[in-house]
Amino acid sequence: MLYREAGDFKTSYAADSQTFPIKFDRWRYWVVLAVAWLVIPFFINDYWANAILVPFLIYAIAAIGLNILTGYCGQVSLGTGGFMAVGAYSVYKLMTSFPDVSILIHVVLAGFITAAVGAAFGLPSLRIKGFYLAVATLAAQFFLVWLFNKVPWFYNYSASGQISAPERFIGNIAVTGAETTPWAQYLICLFFVTLCALLARNLTRGSLGRQWMAIRDMDIAAEIIGVDPLKAKLTAFAVSSFFIGIAGALFFAVYLGAVEVGEAFGIQKSFLVLFMCIIGGLGSIFGSFAGAAFLVLLPVALKVLGVDILGWPSSTVAHLQLVAVGGLIMFFLIKEPHGLAQLWRVAKEKLRMWPFPY
Amino acid sequence: MKDTVAPYTTADGRQIGDVLMDMRGITLRFGGVEAIKDISFDIREGEIRAIIGPNGAGKSSMLNVISGFYNPQDGEVWFRGAKRPPMKPYQVARQGIARTFQNIALFDGMSVLDNIMTGRLTHMKSGLLAQAVWKGRAEREEVENRAVVERIIDFLEIQAIRKTPVGRLPYGLKKRVELARALAAEPKLLLLDEPMAGMNVEEKEDMSRFILDVNDEFGTTIALIEHDMGVVMDLSDRVVVMDYGRKIGDGTPSEVRNNQEVIDAYLGVAHD
Ligand SMILES: Nc1ncnc2c1ncn2[C@@H]1O[C@H](COP(=O)(O)OP(=O)(O)OP(=O)(O)O)[C@@H](O)[C@H]1O
Ligand SMILES: [Mg+2]
Repeated sequence: MLYREAGDFKTSYAADSQTFPIKFDRWRYWVVLAVAWLVIPFFINDYWANAILVPFLIYAIAAIGLNILTGYCGQVSLGTGGFMAVGAYSVYKLMTSFPDVSILIHVVLAGFITAAVGAAFGLPSLRIKGFYLAVATLAAQFFLVWLFNKVPWFYNYSASGQISAPERFIGNIAVTGAETTPWAQYLICLFFVTLCALLARNLTRGSLGRQWMAIRDMDIAAEIIGVDPLKAKLTAFAVSSFFIGIAGALFFAVYLGAVEVGEAFGIQKSFLVLFMCIIGGLGSIFGSFAGAAFLVLLPVALKVLGVDILGWPSSTVAHLQLVAVGGLIMFFLIKEPHGLAQLWRVAKEKLRMWPFPY
Repeated sequence: MKDTVAPYTTADGRQIGDVLMDMRGITLRFGGVEAIKDISFDIREGEIRAIIGPNGAGKSSMLNVISGFYNPQDGEVWFRGAKRPPMKPYQVARQGIARTFQNIALFDGMSVLDNIMTGRLTHMKSGLLAQAVWKGRAEREEVENRAVVERIIDFLEIQAIRKTPVGRLPYGLKKRVELARALAAEPKLLLLDEPMAGMNVEEKEDMSRFILDVNDEFGTTIALIEHDMGVVMDLSDRVVVMDYGRKIGDGTPSEVRNNQEVIDAYLGVAHD
């Protein structure tokens, strides 16, 4: 009964283009935000932080980034892992070179460095499209991983070839390194998720977002309304990589603490984030969250169900997981390219009309 | 062939001004095919200029030259009294030239409203940073431009489909939304490639009325390609006739209708 537009008339265009046009949605959004910021930090434990919440938040940022490029601007990329690596190595070099500067600033700077790298690798998109662009970004993926393995400067000449995050504090709270606590890890990631989601929402709601979608839907018509394809595509690559770089920086510094580039940021990562966008919904910020949540929770849920309850061997469950993800990808690509977000929208639409479908 | 130079007033009282667009000796080749052969004509401020001709005559190619998709091998394009260097379509758009396509070219993934809002791009100046912050400049700009778009939505009587995804609309309405997107740019020159193709009589009447109203109320100069001779005769001030890439006639509808070469090449064929 509450879920209605009735009596909630829009009297201005600003009100009509709000993020959540229905009061109930706005209200729910504030509740989610309040729970995330004010409740969860008090109850979070090591398992929830490391198995679910921290990876979920970080992948949500990466998925938002890729969704801007692929979902909004229509440029397929398989370079996400490589760009996350750029974020990780940037933050590592910054942390070790300027130990007195706040980690918050380092993470943001890592985002900007990745944005520049992403824009450079976006240059081929002016000439090639679709499958060929995907292959070009795949080349970027392999090149970047190779580069970070090959050039010792990037890992400060450490014997193992790994990078590990030094301890950093915000105030007197450790957010990286051995001393950090689950709630501190969670909160710094939550801070960046909130920031990134807000930025992404703003960048996609106005003329820039419409330029990207125009390029995605029909590039010839986009040009005729005054979109410079070069500029639009490169900003999409830059903005997308900015988010992905932040995700990579957090993934390394806050979540894993130490990484070997091929393992943490290999091609599987590119596919994982792409699948999050497809399952969650291409061209939707909410979908990025839904897809990240789904693919972070799926292995956990399958493990609990298969190994802990049904007593199956864990290798069987791991295979089952691959099959499930493959099946879902096919389902969504064929049946619902707008993913979970669209299923959710349809459900809401029905609810809005209920009980009179016409 | 009449060649009026001085500004004049039409029978129905509209002001026709100076030359807005001047095509001089345009030749366009695709490999061996000469799609346009040494054609010159002008479009004057405030007029409705029709381009007609049989299939494959080169009409769409001519619009594509004007809007920057093709660069002619020969000839000059003069716009607002200045010779235009070779330009990309988005640069042409920024000069104040908007268009629709023969095969509708809308953004299927976006709503009607968003499609029309894209037409305002050339008027929206806030940068990446302003949009990231949103509050302030970007939001103000969005609201101002939304107001312009809403006036166009009212004008074209498409209020009811504002939030509908464009992909779901029937053909006739898609054509109307495409016109709305072009109008949203508030162009100096509006190019329409067969705006009534595939429409029924009623839809054609609506579209004719909109075209006349756009010209009359906003003073927009219009160049349109159309096959329906009745429509052309009713709407246009002057007509260019093309056949096999050549210009075979140019003048008022009645002059063109009585031109023997045109009758032979075009009307004759059409009446077979
Ligand atoms: N991109 C292109 N490449 C090669 N040939 C082309 C191209 N575009 C047009 N042509 C050729 O140029 C000629 C003119 O085509 P155009 O589309 O301009 O004709 P039209 O007058 O618009 O015809 P219609 O009434 O069928 O729309 C045709 O012979 C066409 O095959
Ligand atoms: Mg044509």
